[in-house]
Amino acid sequence: MIGYILSRLIRAVATLLITVTLVFLFIRFSGDPAAALVPPDAPQEVIDQYARAMGLDQPIWVQYTGYVGGLLQGDFGFSIHTGLAVEEVFLARLPHTLELGLTALAMAIAIGIPVGAIAAIRRGSALDRFVMAFSVFAFAMPNFLFGLLMILIAALVFGTFLGGDSASVLWPALTLGLAAMGSFARFTRSSVLETINAPYMRAAEARGVPFRLRLIRHAAPNAAIPLVTLIGLSLGALVAGSVVTEQVFAWPGVGQLLVRSVATRDLAQVQFLVLVVAFTMVLANLLVDFLYLLIDPRIRAS
Amino acid sequence: MAENLSGAPAPLLSIRGLTVGLPADGDRPEAVSEVSFDIAPGETVCLVGESGSGKSVIGQAILGMLPHALPVLSGEVHLDDAPLPPQRDPAYGAIRSAQVAMIFQDAAASLNPVRTIGAQLAEVLEVHGVPKRDRKARVLDVLRAVALPEPERIAKSYPHQLSGGQAQRAVIAGALLLEPKLLIADEPTTALDVTTQAEILALIARLKAEHGLSVLFVTHDFGVVAEIADRVVVMEKGVQVETGRAAAVLHAPQHPYTKKLIAAVTPAPRERETGGTDTILEATDIDLTYRGGLFGGRKALHAVKGASLRIEAGRTVAVVGESGSGKSSLARCLLRLEEIDSGSIRFKGEEISKLTGKPLQHLRKSLQVVLQDPYSALDPRQTIRAAIAEGPIIHGTPKVEAHAQAAELLELVGLPAQAGGRYPQEFSGGQRQRICIARALALKPDLLIADEAVSALDVSIQAQILDLFADMQKRFGFAILFITHDLAVARAIADDILVMRRGEIVERGPAAQVFASPAHPYTADLLAAAPGLDMFAKGDAA
Repeated sequence: MIGYILSRLIRAVATLLITVTLVFLFIRFSGDPAAALVPPDAPQEVIDQYARAMGLDQPIWVQYTGYVGGLLQGDFGFSIHTGLAVEEVFLARLPHTLELGLTALAMAIAIGIPVGAIAAIRRGSALDRFVMAFSVFAFAMPNFLFGLLMILIAALVFGTFLGGDSASVLWPALTLGLAAMGSFARFTRSSVLETINAPYMRAAEARGVPFRLRLIRHAAPNAAIPLVTLIGLSLGALVAGSVVTEQVFAWPGVGQLLVRSVATRDLAQVQFLVLVVAFTMVLANLLVDFLYLLIDPRIRAS
Repeated sequence: MAENLSGAPAPLLSIRGLTVGLPADGDRPEAVSEVSFDIAPGETVCLVGESGSGKSVIGQAILGMLPHALPVLSGEVHLDDAPLPPQRDPAYGAIRSAQVAMIFQDAAASLNPVRTIGAQLAEVLEVHGVPKRDRKARVLDVLRAVALPEPERIAKSYPHQLSGGQAQRAVIAGALLLEPKLLIADEPTTALDVTTQAEILALIARLKAEHGLSVLFVTHDFGVVAEIADRVVVMEKGVQVETGRAAAVLHAPQHPYTKKLIAAVTPAPRERETGGTDTILEATDIDLTYRGGLFGGRKALHAVKGASLRIEAGRTVAVVGESGSGKSSLARCLLRLEEIDSGSIRFKGEEISKLTGKPLQHLRKSLQVVLQDPYSALDPRQTIRAAIAEGPIIHGTPKVEAHAQAAELLELVGLPAQAGGRYPQEFSGGQRQRICIARALALKPDLLIADEAVSALDVSIQAQILDLFADMQKRFGFAILFITHDLAVARAIADDILVMRRGEIVERGPAAQVFASPAHPYTADLLAAAPGLDMFAKGDAA
């Protein structure tokens, strides 16, 4: 078990290091940030001045070691756009994104998983077919389109505006969580189907264990094992989706900040945000790996 | 106890004219038709048949567990003179485990992998209303009763931490918790090694004697029947073809199907002119160790220890051993699928243990393999003609010629040549194994390695496939290394026998000699544990 934990930790650290390096390189090679900062007709001297001020005239490896060293000391750089430390800009927006993302995840779990489980138990019924059709719709619908449609319908039919920071979190969260909801429903259905036909379920039936207990005690924990992986992975999709959803609903979160920082070539800010996203993903996967230890005794043993 | 007019005790369980339907697309209209038999208190009835005979359906019907797709069309089942409720009725809650308990073939799979043994056994007590304070003691008592070592530790264990035999003991313990009158055992020893099987059969016999339990034992193996049955019911394709006292059915079977099943237990050693003395393969002192994982999760395993063997052209060598004895690892070494640590493997005089690249690929042509599971051994998206022709085409045979050859081979192994365009899933298990054999023969090998090649098949199909191996060997003259856990199979096919235990070859010799007078005590144990051996000893004497 200690070997398991150690190997996951080493893997997590390695992933973060690779991400830091890739982000650094991509941003350096995708165009001159100093040139992007100044007006298009600015003379070359001004550009060079900016570049010097930002350290962009140094050799790339000096920039890299300086950058990694800074990261290790908690120095993430300053936003060129606002002049504030990048983490301050980020933290100001984080609560909005957490509210949106966690609501979306909660909705996806609270609706997708029970609906998928019921579809599996009533396999082949009209309800099952409806759930399957819904999950395909939910998964296939692009979230910018779904969000725009909701805003449009709310405005035209009910005369309300769903966007902005004073609006309810429910509608953007539904938009953001819809795809995850569909995939959770579908995946829960197949996972539950597999477990309710497992030999230990028939054996429990033969031992006289009633249907509801069989579902709760025997099917659910086994069906949950692959679902934990899926939920961990879908955090990535939620982060990516929040970029679009926040834009559509004018939601003042981190996703919107990322779009704006990319557009203005706010180098340090983009770097920081991408690192935060990568860190979230690595942390989520680490959490999934450790959750396995709790729910699956077979991994605990190895 | 109620007595009927003839003076015999009233049966505990009585089945009259039970007929269960199959879905419309089934291969026959009824899963079982007009089945009638009784089980007396304290009696063991064996329900015998091959896969698809409907024998498991009867066990499920008694416990009210038939799915909607298998409706009871007619007939009655009485337990203690009272009719059982309709299928799936909630009233079965009071019958299951309390009056009739059931155990299944794969004990480890019939336990929930994420809950401890103790929790799963205590649950049986819980759902039948035993107060919480009594549960733990009763679970430990019953684990002790099935002779599990350290009951406290077993109760805290998860299913994957037990061996196959321990898991089956734990499942039997669960079945005994509420002291039922009838135990339905559905192939409970089929997945176990012979020595473990013998222990479990002895356990069931002891519990039966101690608790006055009746047993309905579902099996395909007449060897097991000979060990434990008082009476026998034989099923073929849903029809009850023979019923009677065990001794009568075993020694004077009436129905041809019964005769076939009994013959399959003891396939006669065949008359054979033994092959030449050209050595095809000679392995000397080979060792194989599976290394542990990078972070020390797995322990290194010394799978093959100093094994030496020689195989001559046209002869069959059987490697016999229980699971984990290293017999499949040995085969993998000879096939060059594992890199041996030390020793030498000479194939037709040439050292092959270090071959790589082109010469190794060329060697593969001469060393072919037939595996245990004919279902997973064929690519479901490849026609069987393509599967058979693939090897020759890779080794340079023109496509047209390879396809013509595939058609010939199909006929040779007993399938129509026109079947070549079809896919594996359209064939039965036995037919698929024929296809696998044809595929192995397409490369005209000098040595065919068969790894448990008949273990997944029904007994009557096993006999046909063993015949096919022998016929093909006579025709093409290749040598066979036949790996099996089944002594009866080894006896039927082998010229020479190697017995493996914990990675070592502990006994070797001509088949007749090893069976008649085993030199190593382990071989003697294996022979003693094989069910039905006494039966065929008597048969041979008669």
